[in-house]
Order: sequence, then C-alpha cells, then structure tokens
Amino acid sequence: MSWRRFLRRARWDAERAEELRSYLEIETAENVSRGMTPEEARAAAHRRLGNTTRIREDIYEMNTVRMFATVGQDVRYAARVLRRSPAFTLVAVLSLALGIGASTAIFQLIDAMRLRSLPVAHPNALVDVSIETHGTGRTGRFTSRYPRMTNPIWEHLREAQHVFEGVFAWSPASFDRSTGGASRPVSGIWVSGGFFETLGVRPSLGRLLGPADDRRGCGTPAVVLSDAFWRREFAANPGVIGTTLPLDAVPYTIVGVTEPRFFGLEVGRRFDVAVPLCAEALRDPADVQLDRRQDWWLDVVGRLAPGVTLARANAELNGLSPALFAATMPPNYTASDAKAYAAFTLTAEPAGTGASELRSAYSQPLWLLLGIAGLVLLVACGNLANLMLARASARERELAVRLAIGASRWRIVRQLLVESFMLAAAGAILGAGLAASLSRALVASLATADAPVFVDLGADWRILAFTAGLAVLTSLLFGLMPAIRATRTAPGLAIRAGGRGMSDSRERSRLRRGLVVGQIALSLVLVAAALLFAGTLYNLQHADSGMQTSGVAVASVTVRPEDVPEASRAVFFRDLVARVGRIPGVEGVTPAAIVPLLGSIANDTVVLDGHRMKPYPNINVVGPAFFAVMRIPFIAGRNFDPTDTPVSPKVAIVDEAFGRAYFGTPQPIGRGFSFDRPADQPSPVWRIVGVVRNTKYSDLRDDLGPIVYFADTQDADPPGPSLTMLVRTAAGQVPTEPILRAVHKAAPGAVVTVGRLDDRIDATFQRERLMATLSSFFGVLAAVLAAVGLYGVMSYLVARRRTEIGIRLALGATRLRIMRLVLTESTGLVAVGLALGLLLTMAAGRAVGALLFGLTATNPWILALAAAGLALTAVLATAIPARRASRLSPTTALRED
Amino acid sequence: MPKRGTPPIQEDLLQGTLDVLILRTLTFGPAHGHTIAHAIERRSDDVLQVEHGSLYPALHRLEDRGWIASFWGTSENNRRARYYRLTPLGRRQLVQQTNRWDALVAAVNRILRPAPDEPGRT
Repeated sequence: MSWRRFLRRARWDAERAEELRSYLEIETAENVSRGMTPEEARAAAHRRLGNTTRIREDIYEMNTVRMFATVGQDVRYAARVLRRSPAFTLVAVLSLALGIGASTAIFQLIDAMRLRSLPVAHPNALVDVSIETHGTGRTGRFTSRYPRMTNPIWEHLREAQHVFEGVFAWSPASFDRSTGGASRPVSGIWVSGGFFETLGVRPSLGRLLGPADDRRGCGTPAVVLSDAFWRREFAANPGVIGTTLPLDAVPYTIVGVTEPRFFGLEVGRRFDVAVPLCAEALRDPADVQLDRRQDWWLDVVGRLAPGVTLARANAELNGLSPALFAATMPPNYTASDAKAYAAFTLTAEPAGTGASELRSAYSQPLWLLLGIAGLVLLVACGNLANLMLARASARERELAVRLAIGASRWRIVRQLLVESFMLAAAGAILGAGLAASLSRALVASLATADAPVFVDLGADWRILAFTAGLAVLTSLLFGLMPAIRATRTAPGLAIRAGGRGMSDSRERSRLRRGLVVGQIALSLVLVAAALLFAGTLYNLQHADSGMQTSGVAVASVTVRPEDVPEASRAVFFRDLVARVGRIPGVEGVTPAAIVPLLGSIANDTVVLDGHRMKPYPNINVVGPAFFAVMRIPFIAGRNFDPTDTPVSPKVAIVDEAFGRAYFGTPQPIGRGFSFDRPADQPSPVWRIVGVVRNTKYSDLRDDLGPIVYFADTQDADPPGPSLTMLVRTAAGQVPTEPILRAVHKAAPGAVVTVGRLDDRIDATFQRERLMATLSSFFGVLAAVLAAVGLYGVMSYLVARRRTEIGIRLALGATRLRIMRLVLTESTGLVAVGLALGLLLTMAAGRAVGALLFGLTATNPWILALAAAGLALTAVLATAIPARRASRLSPTTALRED
Repeated sequence: MPKRGTPPIQEDLLQGTLDVLILRTLTFGPAHGHTIAHAIERRSDDVLQVEHGSLYPALHRLEDRGWIASFWGTSENNRRARYYRLTPLGRRQLVQQTNRWDALVAAVNRILRPAPDEPGRT
C-alpha cells in the first residue's frame, strides 16, 4: 500500500470501476456469442461477477491507512456531537482555556527568565567569571546589581587570561539625562571595549563601541543607544548619530544603535544606553571607582576560545588567581581581610542565559504559581471528567448499539478520546491567546515605578510544546477514564435498560463522587494558599517597623560641580535642609545616609576590648531630626545636638538590640566601642549618648537587629554630590514643587526626585503582591470550579433518585426531610474532601514557607477559614439540587417509570 | 493497514490458494481479469468455481505486494482491459507458495489416509 495511492484513492477507484466494467463487457459479449439475448447475457455477467460495489469497497478499504481514515471519521463525528451540545462545549472549552492559559502565561515567564538563552551569537560559549571566596567574605563598597569584581581585578584579568576568545566587564547603572530640574532617569550599562564584539552584537545604525572607545581618559566618550531607546526618545531618527547626549551632566557623542533583538545581559530589564567604562572617571572626579581596589561593581563575562572547555578555563583561572589577587590587594585592608583576599580564586560558570536579579527573586514564586495553575487545571479536568461521565451515561444506548453491531471497544474509546482531545485543543488554542495578554499583564505587575521590567515574551518551541503537552495531558486526564467506563457496559444490558443508565450507575456515581472529593481537596489547598499569600501581604503592609513611615517623603538632590563646588557642598546641603524645613507644612526634615526599609545596607565590625564582635551592627548617619521625623522614641539619654561637631568627642545613638548584643544591657549609656580598622588608620572610640527603640532597618521582613546612628554633623569627610532627605509633612503630602523651588534657587543645575516613602516601601512588596493577587485569583477559580462540580454531581444524584424521592414523598416524607437527605449526602463528600485537603495543605506547606511573612503554612486560622469558606460554597452549590429534590411532585416522578 | 508478506496458510487458506492460482495462471503470459477467472475454472475442470468478483481484490493485493504488475491493453475482441503480468518477485513467490501448498497437501493426505491396518478403537 502506498501513500500515493492512499492520497489518490478516488482516482484509483475510478480505474477499478472501469476494470470491472471491462470484465462485464467481455463476459456479456461471450455470453451473447454463446447464444443468449443481450439482456440475459448482461444479467448472467453480473451474476458471475458478484456485487461490484462491494468489490470496489473492498479494494478501496485496502488502499486506506485505516487509522487515518477512521480518525478523520472520528473528528467529523466528534465535531458534530460537540456542536449539538453547545453549552457543554462552551463550559468545557472555557474552563480549559482559563487553566491552560494561566499555566502557559506563567510558563512563558519562567521560560523567558530562566530557560531562554541571551539574544546574542552562540550564547552557550559565554561564561561568567566570579570570585570563589572559600568561605570568607569580601570587604569594601558594593555598588551595582552585580558587584562581582573591582576594576583593578578586571584589568589584571584581561591582560593575564588566555582561555577566552573575547572577554569583557560590564555593570548596570542608572544615569540621568536631566541637565537640571526633575530627573530623567536612563537605564545604562558600563561596558568595556570588548563587550559588543565578544557578544557578537551588530549595529542597526552607525557603529558600536570597540576597544578604542575604552581607553583611560577617554575624552568625549561615545555612547551607543538601544534600538528601543532610540525609537522611544529619538523617534528612530537616523540623524542622532554624531549628536550629543548628556548623561549625569557628562556630554557623550552618540555613535550607533544596537540591533533590535539585543536587550542587554540582564533578563527582566532593558538597557537604554551603553557607555565605555573609561567614562566612569568623568562622572564624579572626586570619587573614581576605576582605581578603587575595594569597590565591587563589575561583572566579567568571557567567550571560551574554540576547543577550550569550561574545566580548562577554570583550571587556568585558578592558576592565575594568586598573582592576580596579590597584585590587586586593596591598600587599607585589616590583616584578616587581606589574608582572605589573597586566598580568593577566580571561577567560571556558564552564562548563556544572562544575569538576572529577577530570576533569583522570582524563580521560586513562579514555579510555585505554575504548580498552583496546574492544580486549577486539574480541578477543571475533574469537572470535565464528571461532565464526560454524565454524557457517557446519556449516550450509553448509542454506544451499546455501536458495540452490539460490531464496533470494537478500542474504536469507541478512541472516538470518545477524539472528542476530549478536540475540546482540549480548542481550550489550548483559546488559552494560548489568553496567555499572551496574561503574561504581558504579569510582566507589567512585576514592574515598579523605579524598576521597569522588560521580558522578551516571544513564543518559542518550549512554549508551544508546553501548551500542546497540556492539551494532550488534559484530554487524557478528563477523557480516558470516562471513555473506558463507557465501553465497559455489556451492550445487551444497556439496550435493555432503555438508555436510562441503570447498568453500572452505582460504580459510576462512586467515581463521580470520588472526583468531587478530589476537587474539593485540591481547592482547599488553593484557597489556603491564597489566604496565606494574602495574609503575608497584609502582614507586610501592616508590619510594625518600630517607626512611622506614613507622612514621610523622600527627596534626593544631586548637584553639579558647576553649581556647587565640592568644597562648599557641606554648607550648601546644610542650608538646603534648613530651607526645606521652612517650607509651610513641613514638620521636620533630616538628611539620612540610608533610607530605612528600602534594602540599602551599611554595616561594620564592632571591636570591644580588642575583640571583633558578631553580629555586624547596621549603621545610619542622620541629622538630629531623624528620630522625630521617623517617630522613633527615645528610651534613654539624649539626641544629637549642635555641640556634636567634627572636633568634639565622637558620639553614637544606638537601639536597644545594640546594647543587648554587645553590652548585655538594653541601655549602655556612656559605654564606648570602636570599629575594626587597619593598624595604620585612626580608630576613634564612639561614646553612646542615647538609646532609641528597636526598629527594622533595611527590610520589613528582617528581624530587629543592632543599629547604631551617627550624627551627620560629626562627619568630617566631604559629602558626595547627592543628598537624601526624609521630610515629614503635617498632611502627609509630597511637597515636590516647594522642594524643587528651594533647590533651584540655590542650584539651578541640580537634579531632584521626590516621592512618598510608603510608595517606595510598597514597591519592595512586589513579589508578595504578585503571589497574593494570582493565588487569590486561582483560589477563587478553583473554589468556583469545585462548586460547579459538586452542583453537577448532586444534581445527577437527585435525578437518579427521582423515583426513590417520589416514593418517599408519597409515603409522607416532609420536604425538609428530603432536603436534608440531599444535604447529608453532599456534606459527606465535602467533609471527606476537606479532610483530604487539609492533609495535602500541610504536606504542601513546606514549599511556600520561605515566601510567607508573619504566619506559617499550617496556621490554624487560615486553614479553618479556608475550610469554612469552601464548606459554605459547597452548601450553596448543593442548595439548588436539594431544593429541586424537595419540590419534586411525587405523582410526576412515579409516573415516569 | 493491510499486512505485508505471506500470510500463514492455515489462517487464510482460501485466499492464499486463490493467490497462488492467479500467479500460476499468469505464468502463461499476461492476462486480464476475465481471462484469469475463466482460466482457473477451466484448468481445474470446473471444480474450483471462483466467484469472479473476489478475483479483483486478490489481484489488487498481489499487485500491491509487487508480485504482479498491471497495464491497460486491448482484449482479443478489441475492448480496453487491464492486463496483469507476473513480476520476478511474483515468480519466486509462486515457487515458494507452491512448495508450501505441496507440503500442506501432503500433510493433509497423511491424516486423511492413515495406515490401513491400524486396529480400530471404539
């Protein structure tokens, strides 16, 4: 049998018809020659040959790939059946679409963040170079999101290595396009000269940066724009090449635009501008990171040379480490820091999927959400399986007749499966459409005002395979069992039972009850998860930080050297604070080195009597108004005051935890301590003059720990170009305009951002908000699906017991009794389901522990609330069939038999 | 899908028999369906009454296996007819099938005509 013949079997058949005709003609002619009349001759020929249609059918059949032909029949038949029950089809397709769509959307994010390679040439040969500290830690200033290397280490590595075909350093950074006034943030990356060449990125306009652009003292540095930024900010005007773009008040020359698909190395973000590393020296000449041996801010990525394995690269990096770390030793390390530093080694690991802080923050939540969406899909499958079972009962007679006239069981199972699969496929197609907009909404919900999120959500084979896999899996899940069940009935029985589904209904209703129990159990897990995550968000938003953040605004001011020379910054900032304090409505204002609860940290090692102490206390440098602005009450001692100057004895205010940690008393007024400093540097003794109440420091999720506050008035070092102020206003408004005016009167070129502290803090709850929102959505969806399932089963049971109920009513049972009969039945199911669900929830609780705040996965209130909510839903779902049962007219019910 | 290869004789005795008869008939040269049907009847002295219609699926099957090939030609009395001829593969098959048939007949004969002196069991 050939495919060609299969595809051309119609023509083939025509030829056979002609062949048979030719037989008839020859036979007829012979018969005539034997002396028959033409009519007789023809009839005899026909008799001789037999049934021509039958012959042709036999041959036609031989020419078909039976499987395909009958699947074609099945599909047509299934389409007809599904069209005939549009309500069923609609419910089935919609619930599948929701489940599949949600799962696919979440998977799309996981794919984009975790699985997909960077949009560069041969991403698999890229490796990330990092430092193995061998159990010790690095000391110094950590800036940027990927503070893995210092520039001296990078420069040394670049010269010493032989394993990479190309290697580069890069660092994400935020720039400001503003030349005065409100800030215009631009997301940028510092890149070394080999960046674009090593990645294999091509320009779509002009040229990209090369080694020639990244030389120390780079003059007027060049800048490359991303395609998106060029379109957004410059309306894709090719004339921008050669023009000047100011970034942090440094003029850059635009030399090119990257190809559109390149979004940078950071999954979840998109760069606007790429600038050469050498230009870092121009940003703040007083604070050049390029030469600082303890400023960790770079990430180094290399492309393995052909034939070099990762193992060989690691061996070589390991070999050149001692010389490298000896040559780049930071000058003012303590002895222990220096010893640890000298023992560091370089290691390389695959970097084909790029860097991402989003990835580490959202990996677990996303996999968890995928699991949750999967459970919802399972609950939906339970409903569909129930519906399919009900339909199978209704079609029992039809199936029995088909079995009786010779259809094989497999044939019928297959036909029912084709129906399931068509439903699943329709659901998957609709779901895929849904997923596209859902995943975009998801991405948007990850973004905050300060950190827009860009995730390339283009479909790839993984997503297609995932969706298709879901379709097949779900169709088997909800279709296979009902299909097998449906064909188990002996045809004779079914036909005799008159299509009323008598034969094995006991077994089948047990199955349906089991499905509902499973649905309720899974729903409980999902509802509990929803409550846990909602509770976590609530707890975070209402967590006691020890201070009052509402009514506080955060204002950052960055001045340019032209406006305010470095020498007069301290005076300028002091005046500015005073001027802001005079704005009507402002109750208090204080500079703060660290804005609390936004993730920033400064800490150091306390030394007492020559001993290095653990833990590290957190540090903040503030003005005297800080404690009033943040509403942190004093426990003992005094606040900072004007007598605390750079030359007066050093004083500190600590919280109670500080006293407990180092002095064994919550109020160590008058005690002194110092910090770990190199032998050749002064290490002043700080005297504790005040104790304040414990507060959270960088993160609401953290425990209360030791904090020490220093007075900004005692700070002898010249301030940097930026000042951050905390401003409390009486009405809680954000005094943006007055602050802008106050700043610009003194420094027209200064750049200012102002925002509510609570908004900033809220933005750090993004992950919890995502979990709370989505798990609530899924929880409600699951509960509704389970309720629909329960409703369906109870309705089915009531319908099946019509006669019995009729008899009971006729014998004098009250309607209330009948209702109770039905409710008791459903209560049993719900109780078993809830019990099972509680066990499941406890078992699954471990997976979410790390994502919760202020409650545990086995919180009895949450579990009780979830169970009560579901039970109530269940009662409502049962009420309708129960009412229907009690309203049954006994005569009608009995007459039907 | 139709099976390829030779089906075991005991499973499909008649079909296999018809196949081998067709192959044998075609050893005398190409022929069309009508000729083949009559030839089989004639050569078996009308013992084998083939239903002529069943011949065509068999022809199709044989052609499908590549044992015979077909072409359109003109019959003795000037009518268009589909002719079949034996392929080399078919010729080999005929030898094989004939051997199997002989073996079968011999086996059946041994059973049907037992040694005459066997004491009867009652």
